[in-house]
Amino acid sequence: MLELDVNGKKVNVDASPLARLLDVLRGPLGLTGTKEGCGEGECGSCTVLVDGVPMNACLVLVGQVEGKSVLTVEGLAVDGALPEHLNHLQRTFIDHGGAQCGICTPGMLVSAEALLRNVPKPSDDQIREAIAGNICRCTGYQRIVDAIRHAAELRGRDQ
Amino acid sequence: MIGQNVPRTDGLAKVVGTARYIDDVPPLEGELWGVTVRSPVARGVLTKIELDPSFDWSDVTVATADDLEDPKLNPGGVNLVALIEEDQPVLAKRELRHMYEPIVLLACADRDKAERARAAVKLHIDPLPPVLSIDDALAKKHVVWGKDNVLKRYRIRRGDVDAALKDCDLVLTGTYRTHHQEQMYIEPQGVIARWFQGADGAEQLKVLGSLQCPYYVHKALKKAFALKDDHAHVEQTVTGGGFGGKEEYPSLVALHASLLSKKSGKPVRMIYGRKEDIEATTKRHPSQCTVTIGCKKDGTFVAVKVDCAMDGGAYVTLTPVVLSRGALHACGAYKFQHNAVDAVAVATSTPPNGAFRGFGAPQTIWAIERHVDAVARALGRDPEDLRRQNLFEEGDVTATGQVLSVSVGGRPCLEAATRAADWKARRANIERFNERLAREGKRVRRGLGISTFMHGGGFTGSGERRLKGKVAVDLEPGGRLRVRSASTDIGQGTETVFRQIAASASGVRIEDIAVEVPCTTNVPDSGPTVASRTVMVVGSIVAKAAAEIAERVREESKPGESFAEAGDRLLRRVGGTVSSLQQYEPPVTVAFDEETYTGDAYPCFSWMCDVAEVEVDLDTFETRVVKWWSATDVGRAIHPVLCAGQVEGGTLQAIGWALHEDLVWRPDGSIANARMTNYIVPTAVDAPPFETILVEVPFPHGPGGAKGVGELPMDGGAPAIASAIEHALAELKLPTDRALLPDLPLLPERVFERVMKETA
Repeated sequence: MLELDVNGKKVNVDASPLARLLDVLRGPLGLTGTKEGCGEGECGSCTVLVDGVPMNACLVLVGQVEGKSVLTVEGLAVDGALPEHLNHLQRTFIDHGGAQCGICTPGMLVSAEALLRNVPKPSDDQIREAIAGNICRCTGYQRIVDAIRHAAELRGRDQ
Repeated sequence: MIGQNVPRTDGLAKVVGTARYIDDVPPLEGELWGVTVRSPVARGVLTKIELDPSFDWSDVTVATADDLEDPKLNPGGVNLVALIEEDQPVLAKRELRHMYEPIVLLACADRDKAERARAAVKLHIDPLPPVLSIDDALAKKHVVWGKDNVLKRYRIRRGDVDAALKDCDLVLTGTYRTHHQEQMYIEPQGVIARWFQGADGAEQLKVLGSLQCPYYVHKALKKAFALKDDHAHVEQTVTGGGFGGKEEYPSLVALHASLLSKKSGKPVRMIYGRKEDIEATTKRHPSQCTVTIGCKKDGTFVAVKVDCAMDGGAYVTLTPVVLSRGALHACGAYKFQHNAVDAVAVATSTPPNGAFRGFGAPQTIWAIERHVDAVARALGRDPEDLRRQNLFEEGDVTATGQVLSVSVGGRPCLEAATRAADWKARRANIERFNERLAREGKRVRRGLGISTFMHGGGFTGSGERRLKGKVAVDLEPGGRLRVRSASTDIGQGTETVFRQIAASASGVRIEDIAVEVPCTTNVPDSGPTVASRTVMVVGSIVAKAAAEIAERVREESKPGESFAEAGDRLLRRVGGTVSSLQQYEPPVTVAFDEETYTGDAYPCFSWMCDVAEVEVDLDTFETRVVKWWSATDVGRAIHPVLCAGQVEGGTLQAIGWALHEDLVWRPDGSIANARMTNYIVPTAVDAPPFETILVEVPFPHGPGGAKGVGELPMDGGAPAIASAIEHALAELKLPTDRALLPDLPLLPERVFERVMKETA
C-alpha cells in the first residue's frame, strides 16, 4: 500500500511502486483528467506537478512520488468544478480560445500553473518556453499564450 | 448571438478535467482489451496463421477473416469495409496489400497478456515486391491494382490551352512534389464495442468512440454484420482532435472491436498506442504536379495546364474524392482564359491515404502557388504584385466554368494581409537588413513570402444534393430547444456555434439551447463532419429548424404569454413531441456535371492570404518562422475567437507540413519514425506569433452569411514559407526560370541540397 499526496489530499493506493504514475492516477484514483497521448514523454498530455515541478506522468513511477505532493488538473479549481471555482488559468483558457479539442488542455494548464508560480509576469517567449513540452495540434498556440498572459495579469491583480 | 464570443459549451468540462474521452469511460463489466496483429510485409500472400501452442490461449479471444464469413457467428455479414468502393476487407484473408494491414484480432481481460499474445501469433507469408512510389505505380513496375494501378482519373477543360500557350509571351513549366503528413491528433484512435439483446430479442450493437462521422461507422457496421438500421448504435465520445484522421478510419477500429465483442460475448475496448496509430492509420496523399502557365509580358495570366498525380495507397477509401478536390483547386485563385487539368490517383503498397484537412487542395495549391512565384521571378515581378494583378474577382470564371457571383473575398484578403504586414515597406526593409547582415558577416537572412488561395465549401458538385443532410430541433419544457445533428464537435466548436445559430434564428436565449450528443439512435444523418461544411451547410439547417419551432410556439402564443408558457402549452396540446426535422436544400446554381467536370463545383469559396516572415540560417539552412499575418474571408464569423483558432491551428499544421514533419519510409514499406519523438510536429517555440484578420464577405445561403473555414488555412501556409525562404536566399543568384524549392518538406538538409545544386 502506497501513501500519496494528490491534490492536497492523502490517499492510500494498492499499486506496485513500479506502476506508472499515470496509470495509478487514471485507474485506482479515477483522476482521468490527466491524459495519455504518446506514452513516451513527448506530447505532455500527462503533465502533472510533482512538488511543483512539471513532469510527464507516463515516465514517472508511482513509487518515486511517495512523500511528495502531486497536482493534477483536478486540483486546479478551488473546491469544485463550477464556473465560480475556476482558477484564472482555467477561466482565461475558456475565454481566449486556449482549448479546442481539449485533450492537451489539462497538461497545458498544469505547465502554465508551474510557470506562473515561479514567474508571475512572464514574457511571451517565457510562456512559449514553459509549454514547449506540451504539444497542441489544434490551436497554433497563439490563443494559449494569450490565455496564460491574461491569467498572469489577473493573478497579479489579486495579489 | 452570431458574431459574439460566448464561452464555449464544452469549455468548463475541458479545463477541469471532467470531459470524458473514450479511454476515460470507466471499464464495463467483463470488458476485454483488444489488439491487432498486422502484416509485417508491404505485399504478399498469407498462407497460414499459427498460434504458438506453448502460449496459454484459454482466456484469449482470437478473430480472423474467417469469423466474419462464418454463417453461424455472422449470418449475412461480409468481410468488407463499406465506403465508396467495397474493396477493403475488415481483416486480410489471403492477399496482403500493405504493411500493417490488420490480419488477426486478439482480446483478453488482462491487457498485458493481450499485448504478449500478439507476439505468439505466427504468420506464414510469401512476400511479393511492393510498389512504394507514384512513379513506380505509373510505370507499372508491378501491378497492384486493376490493369494499370490507376484508382481514378479526372479531366477538366476550358478554352484551348495548347493554342493559347503558343501566343503567350512567357510559357513556364515546373514540377512540384508533396509528401505524406500524419494528422497527429493528440488522442489516439479508440472505441468500445458491445453487443446486447434488444427489446425485440435481436442482437444489437453499440459502439462508443473517438470519431468524426457516426453515420460512416454506422454504415460500415450494418454492412459487415448485416444489421438493420436501428440495431447498430454509434455514439461519439468527446474527441481529442480529428483533422480528417477520424473521418473514415474509425470504421475499421469499430469493426474490429465489434467482431471481438461478438466472438467473445463481452464488451471490448480498443485504444491504439501512438506507434500503431502513426503506422496503420491514414495520412495525407503524396502528390506530384507539373504546372505550365502562359502569360503576357505585362504579367496577365492567359492559360494554365496541370498534370497531377496522387498516391492513394493500397485501397480506394476516399481517394477519388480527395483527387477531385485537388483537381478542382489546381488552377489556384487566378483568372485564366484557358484551363486544362489532368489528375490521376494510383495505388501503391502503403496503408491507404485518406482524409486530412484540405483534402487534396493543399497539394495542388502548393504546386500552383510555387509556380506563380516562379513566373514572378521569370518576369522580374514582386510576387504580391503579380498575384494582385491576376486574382479572381466577382464575375470571373473558374476552370469548370463556374461564374464567381457571390462572396468573392480574395482581393479584400490580399489587401488586408499585405496592409497588416506592410508588405512593400517590409520587403524593402528586409532586403536592406539582409545587406547589412551580409556586410557584417552574419550568417542569417530574413525573407517575406506570400500566398493567396481559395477553398470550396461543402461537398463537391451535386454532393450536398445527394447527401440530403438533416437536422432536428425539438421543443422541450420551459421554452428550451434541443438541436439534434450528427455533426460532431472535434474541437472546432460545433456545439457552441450551433447553439449560437439556433439562438439567433429562434430568439431563444443561448442558455436555453442544448445540443444532443451525436448518437445515430438519437440524431438524424446530417452528413459527415468534413469538407468545411458543418457551419455553412449543417448550420443553415439548424437555423431553419430552430426558426420553424420558434414560429410554431409564437403562433400558439396568447397576448402577454412568455415563450416558455406558450411552448409548454403547445407541448401539452399536442400531447407529445414538438420537433422540426429539416433537410438541406442547396442554393440553385448551375448544376455540376460529373462527367465533363463543368458547372458549379461548390456553392461558394472561402478566401485567404498568408504573409510569412522567416529567418534562414545560411550554414544549417534551418528556417524559423518569425511572424505570420493572414486575412481570411469566412463570410461571417459566428464566433470570432473559435474562428481565428481554426485559422491559426490550420496554419500551424501547414507550417509543420512544410518545415518539420516527414514520414521516413524504409524500402520494405515500413515507417522508420512512427513516434512523436522523431515525427516532429511544431511546439509553441516553433510556432510564430499570428496576426489573424477575419474578413467578412457574406455568403447569402450560409447562417448569418457564414462560409466554411476548417480546411482553408491548411492550403496556403507551405507555399508562403517557401516563397519567404527564396526571398531570404535571393543573394545566392538563384535560377530565374524555376523554383529553388519545388518539393516538400523544406527540411534543412533538403534546402541545403537544393541550394548546392542550383548554385554549383
